[in-house]
Amino acid sequence: MKIGFDAALGVHPAALALRARRTEVLANNLANADTPNFKARDIDFKSVMAAQAEQQSRAVAALRTTHPGHLASSPMEPDGDLMYRNPTLPSLDGNTVEGHVEQAEFANNSVNFMASLRFLDGKFRNLTTAIKGE
Amino acid sequence: MPLMDIFDIAGSAMSAQNLRLNTTASNLANADSVSSNRGETYRARHPVFAARLAEQTLLGDPLTAATDQASAGVMVTGIVESDAPLQMKYEPHHPMADADGYVAYPNVNVVEEMADMMSASRSFQVNVQMLTTVKSMAERLLSMGQ
Repeated sequence: MKIGFDAALGVHPAALALRARRTEVLANNLANADTPNFKARDIDFKSVMAAQAEQQSRAVAALRTTHPGHLASSPMEPDGDLMYRNPTLPSLDGNTVEGHVEQAEFANNSVNFMASLRFLDGKFRNLTTAIKGE
Repeated sequence: MPLMDIFDIAGSAMSAQNLRLNTTASNLANADSVSSNRGETYRARHPVFAARLAEQTLLGDPLTAATDQASAGVMVTGIVESDAPLQMKYEPHHPMADADGYVAYPNVNVVEEMADMMSASRSFQVNVQMLTTVKSMAERLLSMGQ
């Protein structure tokens, strides 16, 4: 049996970090709701989590670099998951932020953040109970 | 940490919307400020918003800024004066009338300014609401495991 934080906490820390990052992206969209030519962006939570799970299951087979000319293998693009939103109605000033859509996504994301937090909290409680043995 | 950056993002948006409200107030207050000289007449002012990139933030860490291409908040690049034509009204008995009896009224469109004011105050509210949500999320995060 594997013992350790990674094994005990499972997927929740990664999910929480991703939710926090998505909150920032959505907050940025809302902040730029009146900026001309601003393009709304978002993270596809499902695909990023799937990519992360796949990466974990492969146990990260990183390539070794033995020559300065070798390209470093980055297993995941740090910013490749940030995508542009398709607006339902095009706006004259080139802005693709739709207030209602962004607000709904923001609310949805913050609820999901709270859920992830609660799962994580539960895991920690379990660990505390196991340690105390009460 | 992303959650703490949101305070900066929402703050920048709130100050930008505040400036927009300020220019609207100035435009509405000067909607009837007449002048006999066209060059001196008040002209409607509007702020220009632009997305602030992560590299431009003062607190931006160059290491994280290089990887995170998302912009971080709003900035006001400047305030432009409207180049719409002034309203020339024929009022020969007005003390400010020119030689032909015309008075130059500002090019402030009051209806447009009112709509702009509502849009700015709504956007400001959205940012306040966002800040409240993020604050409760951060508080919850800090009390994790207790």
